[in-house]
Amino acid sequence: MRFFQIFLIIICGAVLIYGVADFPFLGDPRAPANNYIIKRYLEKSYSETGAENVVTAVLAHYRGYDTLGETTVIFTAGISVILLLRRKKNER
Amino acid sequence: MKDEDIILKLVARFLFPFVQLFALYVIIHGKSSPGGGFQGGVILATSIILYSIVFGRQKARDIFPEKINNILISLGVLIYALVGIFCIIFGGNYLEYNTLPFATPQEASKMGILFIEIGIGITVFSVMTACFLELSRKK
Repeated sequence: MRFFQIFLIIICGAVLIYGVADFPFLGDPRAPANNYIIKRYLEKSYSETGAENVVTAVLAHYRGYDTLGETTVIFTAGISVILLLRRKKNER
Repeated sequence: MKDEDIILKLVARFLFPFVQLFALYVIIHGKSSPGGGFQGGVILATSIILYSIVFGRQKARDIFPEKINNILISLGVLIYALVGIFCIIFGGNYLEYNTLPFATPQEASKMGILFIEIGIGITVFSVMTACFLELSRKK
């Protein structure tokens, strides 16, 4: 049974590596990730958001809702740690 | 107080406010320099972790009790969500900072980003100290 699992892992890894090898290069000007929206983020970032840091402008203004989801994930992690590990004072 | 720990305790007590001041700087200057809410919150948690390492876990819990920790975890997310609701009240979509009532839309966006960075910093700080102080319990 273990050989079947190892075989499955190798097949999945091979498929993933074959897919990643087809990506464009990092600064490729013809890649779709660099063409449509990044020009607007880089050109109009200061006049629309007022933040000189483009990373913060994208994270806090253009994609603010995703950052709210990320903060909720951190909040949930904290709540689960407290639920699992906290005990009453007289039990310590 | 044991005599062999006195240098450590003196230096830690001296460093404590400077670490917090630097964390506040990183949070508030999130829109101009690298940093922001997440990084500043972790630095702010470092100050409580330093206090806990030097003085013991129980003294760190004494200066940062569990009730305040519980309140501060939810307060950050609440501040973030309330900023979005305020943007709806002043006519606009959720989390659209340009409609807040400041002088220009650009300045309204700056204030919106500042408030949400403060909210994120508070939540990250409380969660990190809660994780550390709960995981370092002796059975």
